[in-house]
Amino acid sequence: MEFALSEDQRLLQGSLEGTLENVSPLDTVRRFAAGEREVAEGMNTALAELGLGQLLVPEAHGGLGLGALEAALVQEALGYAVSPASFLAGAMATEAVMQAGSDTQKAKWLPALADGNVRMAVAMNETVNAREGAGLIEEQGKLSGKALFALETDGASHVLTADTSGRLYLVDLSTSSVEQNPLETIDQTRRYCELVFNKTDAEPLSQEATGDEALTRVLALGRILFAADTLGACQNMLEKAVAYAAERQQFGRVIGSFQAVKHMCAEMAARLEPCRALVWHAAYLFDTEPEKAALMACLAKSHLSEVGTFIARTSTEVHGGMGFTDLVGLHYWFKRIGANRQWLGGPEHLRAQAARLQGWT
Amino acid sequence: MDLAFSPEYEAFRSDIAGLLEANADKAPSSSDRGLKHPKRLAWQAFLIEHGLTARTIPTAYGGYGASPDILKSRIIAEEFAKSGLPRGLAGQGISMLVPTLLELGTDEQKAKWIAPTLRGETVWCQGYSEPGAGSDLANLKTRGEIDGDDYVINGQKIWTSTAKQADMIFCLVRTEPDAKKHHGISYLIFSMDTPGIEVRPLVDMTGAANFNEVFFTDVRVPRSQIVGEPGKGWQVANATLTHERGMLGDPNAAEARLLAIAELMKTETVNGTPLIDNPVLRDRLVRLQAEVYAMQANGLRVMTSRLKKESAGMAGLLVKLQGCELNHELARLAIDALGELGVLYGETPYLKDNGSWQWRYMYDLGLIIGGGTAQIQKNIIAERGLGLPREPRPAKQQGA
Repeated sequence: MEFALSEDQRLLQGSLEGTLENVSPLDTVRRFAAGEREVAEGMNTALAELGLGQLLVPEAHGGLGLGALEAALVQEALGYAVSPASFLAGAMATEAVMQAGSDTQKAKWLPALADGNVRMAVAMNETVNAREGAGLIEEQGKLSGKALFALETDGASHVLTADTSGRLYLVDLSTSSVEQNPLETIDQTRRYCELVFNKTDAEPLSQEATGDEALTRVLALGRILFAADTLGACQNMLEKAVAYAAERQQFGRVIGSFQAVKHMCAEMAARLEPCRALVWHAAYLFDTEPEKAALMACLAKSHLSEVGTFIARTSTEVHGGMGFTDLVGLHYWFKRIGANRQWLGGPEHLRAQAARLQGWT
Repeated sequence: MDLAFSPEYEAFRSDIAGLLEANADKAPSSSDRGLKHPKRLAWQAFLIEHGLTARTIPTAYGGYGASPDILKSRIIAEEFAKSGLPRGLAGQGISMLVPTLLELGTDEQKAKWIAPTLRGETVWCQGYSEPGAGSDLANLKTRGEIDGDDYVINGQKIWTSTAKQADMIFCLVRTEPDAKKHHGISYLIFSMDTPGIEVRPLVDMTGAANFNEVFFTDVRVPRSQIVGEPGKGWQVANATLTHERGMLGDPNAAEARLLAIAELMKTETVNGTPLIDNPVLRDRLVRLQAEVYAMQANGLRVMTSRLKKESAGMAGLLVKLQGCELNHELARLAIDALGELGVLYGETPYLKDNGSWQWRYMYDLGLIIGGGTAQIQKNIIAERGLGLPREPRPAKQQGA
C-alpha cells in the first residue's frame, strides 16, 4: 500500500519541468500565440528526445510500456507551462491502437508512434458533443463530414478520429484531401482546427462497428489528461498568486498579510491539493482497474474543471489590475483552463455521464 | 503507487472481519444508553483485549501494546465500518488526555489515569475554551492562585462536552498572571466532584445540550495535579490539539454518507418520481461524489506520508477545513432532496433517516467552527503551507 509517486515518476517530472523551462518559457508561448507556430517544433523535438512518444507504447513494440499516471504527469507539466507542445493526441492514438487495433495494426502503428515516424492529431469531440452539424459518416471505407476542434494538427502526419457509430479510425493527412480550417479560440496556447472529410480514405481500427469499449477507454484517457493539464495550469496560477501576494505592497504592508487576500490563497490551495490525489487515483485505476476508469475520468475532469474555474478567477483577482493585463500573461493560463473545461465534455455533461455509469438514471 | 495490501495485511483483515462477525452479539445497541452502561464497558474491554482499540497503548497502562502500524489501524477502521458495529470509546479522555499523559505525564500519572480511562470507567472533559478565549485560546483568564499546596481556581470554561457525565477534567488555567500570554498557563487535572464546580448545560441549535458551561468558584486543586511544568500548559495542550485535528474529517465516513444519500434519492419519491430522477439534484450528488473521492485519495496520500514518516504538507493541512465543509454540503443535499420532509425534526411522523440529515446539517456547522474555525484553518494553510506572512499585530494604543 503506497499512494505516492515513485522515484522514477518524480525523475520524469523533474526532467520534464527542466526541459519545458528551457524550451517553452512564457516568451516562447507568446510567440506561438502571436502566430509563430513553428516555435512549437523546437518543443516537440526536445520532448521527443525525452522519449515521450514511447511512453504508453508497450515494450514489445519498441516503447517504454508506462501507464496513464506517467502520461498524466507529462500533461500536468505541459499545463503548468501552458505549452503548445503535442502529447495528448499521440497518447490517445496509442491507446486507441492498443484497444481496438488488430495485431497487424499494432505492429504497424505502435513502433511508428514510439519512434516519431507517425505524428498524430486528434479529432474526437463529436463523439461527445456534435454541434453545428459536425460528425463523420463512413461509407464504403471512406469518411465524410466535418470534425470541429481538432487538436495538435500542426506537423501531424495522421489524425485519430471516430465516426458517428463510435468506430475509431486513423486517417493519413499527407495523402488524403482533408481540409484544415483554423478556428480561433480564447486559448492561444494551442491551435484548434476544423477538419473536413470528403470521401476520405480511412483505416478503421476495429473490424466491426462495435468499438464502444475502445472509444470509452480512449475518451477516459483523454479526460484524465485534460484534468491533468488543468491541474498543472492551476498549480502555476496558485504559485503566481502566492508570490504576488507576498511581494505586492499596499497600505504599507504586503497584501498577503491581509486575511482577505490570504484566505483567497488558502482556499485555492485547499481546493487544489486534493485534486492532485484525484488525478493520480483516476490514472492509477485506468491502468489497474479498467472497469472503474470511465467513471473516475468523468469525476476527475468535471471536478478539475470546477476547481480550475475557481482558481483561474481567484488567482487573477489576487493579482488585482495586473492580473487583467497582458503584461503578466496570467490570461494564458486562465484561457487554457477555460478551454480544457469544455473539451470532451463540460462538467455537467460529465456528471450526467457519471450518473449513467452508476445506474443513477 | 500500489493500493493493494500485502498478504500479511490481507490475512490481518480477514482475522479482524472474522472476530467482529463472531462477536457481534456482544456489542451494545443504541438503546443501551449511558457512557458507563455495563454492556458498553464490557464491549470496550473485549475490544482492548483483541487489539481493536487502545491498540498501541502499552499493556502496562491497560492497552493492547502493539507497535504502531497505520495500515492495521486503517484496516480495523474499515472492517468496523463494514460490520456496522460500534467502535471503541473515543471520548476526549482517550483521544486527547491519554496521548498527552503518555508523552508528558509522570510515571505516577500514567499508572493512575490511563488504564481506567481506556476501560471507560473514568470519563474526562476538556476545559480549554472560555467566553473570551475561542480562536485566541491563549487569552484564557481562568486563574489558579497558589495557596499552600493548592491552586485555587476561579473562572469559567465553555464548550465543555460531556462535562455532566465526566469524572475528571483536564483544564488550562492561568497560574502566572505576570508572564507573557503563552507562558503563564498550566495544565491541571482534577475531579469534577471538587467543591466549587458548577456545570450548566448549553443548549445548541440542534436542540440538545452537546456542550456545557463550567464555572469554578474557589476550586482547590493540589499543586501535584499538574501535567508538565507550571507555566508550560500551552505546550502541553498543543500536543493534544494536534490529536484533535487528526481526529476530525474521516474520508471514509464521507463516502458512507454519500452512498446513503444516493440510496435515499433512489427510494424516496416526489410526485411519484424518484428523487434521483431530478437532474439538478443528481448533478449535485455527482459533484459531491467527485469531492468525496478527491478527499479519499488525499487521505491515502496523507497516510502514505505518515507511513514514510514524512510531513504530508499541504495535503495534511487542508483536511479539517475541506473535510468538515464537505460533510456539511452532503447534509445540505440530503435536506434539499427531501424538500419539505427535510425540515421535519424531532419525534414526528414522516421523518426520514431519523432526522439525521437535519441534525448533521446543524451539528456539522458546529464542527466547522469548533476545533479551530474555518478561518483559523485558512490562516494555518496560508502561513504554514504557503509561507504567507502573519497578520501584523496592531500597535499598542498610546497612553491607554
